[in-house]
Amino acid sequence: MEAWMAVVVGALFAVSIYLMLSKHIIRILIGAAILGNAVNLLIFTNGRLTREVPPIIGVDESVLSAQAANPLPQALVLTAIVIAFSFFAFLLVLGYRAYQELGSDNTDEMRVAEPVDDQTPPLGY
Amino acid sequence: MAGSSEAEIDLTPAMNLEPVPLLDWLIIMPVAWCIVIGTFLLMMRKNTAQQHLVAIPAMAVQVLITAGLLSQIIINGPTTMVMGRWLPPFGIAFTVDILGAVLAFTAAVVALACTIYGIKDVNHSGRRYGFYSFLFLLMAGVSGAFLTGDIFNLYVWFEVLLIASFGLLILGSEKGQLDGATKYAFLNLVATTLFLIATAYLYGIFGTLNMADIALKIAQSDGTLPLNTVAGLFVLAFVMKAAAFPVNFWLPASYHTPRVVVSALFAGLLTKVGVYAILRVYTMLFSLQREALEPTVNIDALSFAVAIVACLTMLLGAIGALAQTNVRRLLGFLVVSGIGMMLIGVAIGTREAIGGTIFYAVHSILVMTALYIAAGMAAKLCGGAEDMTKIRGIYQKNTLLAAITLMLFLAVAGLPPFSGFWPKLMLVKASIELIIPWWAPFSILLTGFLTTIAVARVWALSYWKPEDDAEDMAETEKGNGALGVSDFVPLIALTIIVVAVGLFPQSVFELAYQSAEQLINPVAYIESVFGSEVVE
Repeated sequence: MEAWMAVVVGALFAVSIYLMLSKHIIRILIGAAILGNAVNLLIFTNGRLTREVPPIIGVDESVLSAQAANPLPQALVLTAIVIAFSFFAFLLVLGYRAYQELGSDNTDEMRVAEPVDDQTPPLGY
Repeated sequence: MAGSSEAEIDLTPAMNLEPVPLLDWLIIMPVAWCIVIGTFLLMMRKNTAQQHLVAIPAMAVQVLITAGLLSQIIINGPTTMVMGRWLPPFGIAFTVDILGAVLAFTAAVVALACTIYGIKDVNHSGRRYGFYSFLFLLMAGVSGAFLTGDIFNLYVWFEVLLIASFGLLILGSEKGQLDGATKYAFLNLVATTLFLIATAYLYGIFGTLNMADIALKIAQSDGTLPLNTVAGLFVLAFVMKAAAFPVNFWLPASYHTPRVVVSALFAGLLTKVGVYAILRVYTMLFSLQREALEPTVNIDALSFAVAIVACLTMLLGAIGALAQTNVRRLLGFLVVSGIGMMLIGVAIGTREAIGGTIFYAVHSILVMTALYIAAGMAAKLCGGAEDMTKIRGIYQKNTLLAAITLMLFLAVAGLPPFSGFWPKLMLVKASIELIIPWWAPFSILLTGFLTTIAVARVWALSYWKPEDDAEDMAETEKGNGALGVSDFVPLIALTIIVVAVGLFPQSVFELAYQSAEQLINPVAYIESVFGSEVVE
């Protein structure tokens, strides 16, 4: 099961990196969303993928039995999902506002902050 | 039923049943205080005329809290407070050593300066959009990052400061701001995601998130674990946050677009959080394993890569600064150049070098904030122009401002007797002493030379050269009227600190050396978390 999940995570990383290499904000945005999900699955897989065995440490034991899934990565994933979701919402609005104001979602044409026709500093006093 | 079983279980192996000592609460105070005040300011969002009356005293209290914390840490050594009474490594630990306390204190000082400068720089609409709330939430994130002893918690504080910085960056929603913020936001999101990946792998290897616990386990590991891969991922993520070449492009694209006070705050604080994270994770956690494996080799492959990145970053920053006409963009490149300077110390990794990095970080926080404030004031004198060719005759218009700016320029170029000279001296000395290629000290010196040219040209053209247009002089009176007490107080205060550190560097030297010592040999750090019997 974990091996298959590793393949899935790898595929998601490949897709997200491919999308983020694009010049268009909307593709980068979808790439970033997929990247967040890939990382979440990676953390999730880290803690073993098993069902049926509850993660309870018995009275005489000090560590979790190897058949149970570790619940801590699941807690980490919950935190990461909330953060990734809020970031995605913010970036979506930011990307849309930038598109409205700058009239383009092509990063090559977004040159207001760094103009193309930038002059060089004077060479003499 | 639940009650009867509870009585039989002995909680002492898992929980700390002693009450927390009163002074330990100081550790969490910088974060808690900022969040409380930030929320309170959010409630009085619409009372734009009164916000700074709350914000300035509150930020002064923050300076006092962090100063108290610093003095406590210097007296008692590293201190730990664990959330929810769980014994480490189960609970989230806040562990403070001198490095964290020094940086939290410096950050608070700089934030106070920015709070005061913000009185005039942020208009009513900016305040209604929550400038002061974001400022305090940013400080909560920055302080939390400096003070936490848990690596996933560090990730959470990174996100807190990042989301607050988004709010500050787009305050005003101008075209340039949206453009810069888009690049800033995406690249920083990718950087924090890389950090999360590295954290996930680290947890997968060791099953713990507590930094002291990780340090112990790395020191005991036998060299078969894929630690270099994880360390490489961490370094890539933090170097991206710190804006080092070749992942620095978000910084010069965005730092000149927001309000001057926001630029000043970002230039002082955000990139240094990245440098702090490299110091904490790379130097403290991963160097233990490297030394155990190869005690004779001075520099390993990853440190060598960091050294190359550091030299390229400082040179690219200085060369980029040479090519700019917009003064704030020029300063953005100088921030990048300073990051290279700090990374070279990380790459060398000796006590002197790490001390130099920490000293340089403190210097850079103070001087970059002051420089952005000074540049904003010069722009105000010239009707809002930020172009080197349009800012004219500042020396004629306001001699005090020109003199202060000259001091800050010399400090950022690393010339004595200002604060930039000493850490550079430490770094050059450390890089010559160690068997490291000749290009490392050479790059440091060449960067200093190029930076001097870049800033001297700004000063000669915009400050020293007299105004040749007579009618522009008539506007000078109006321009001088635009500068008030709230502009000069933070600038002069920061400049006094910069000069004082340059003239009397002894105490900062000692603090930097002590914190470097604690980073390289984190016995005291680990003992503060687990007690003295764990470390043999």
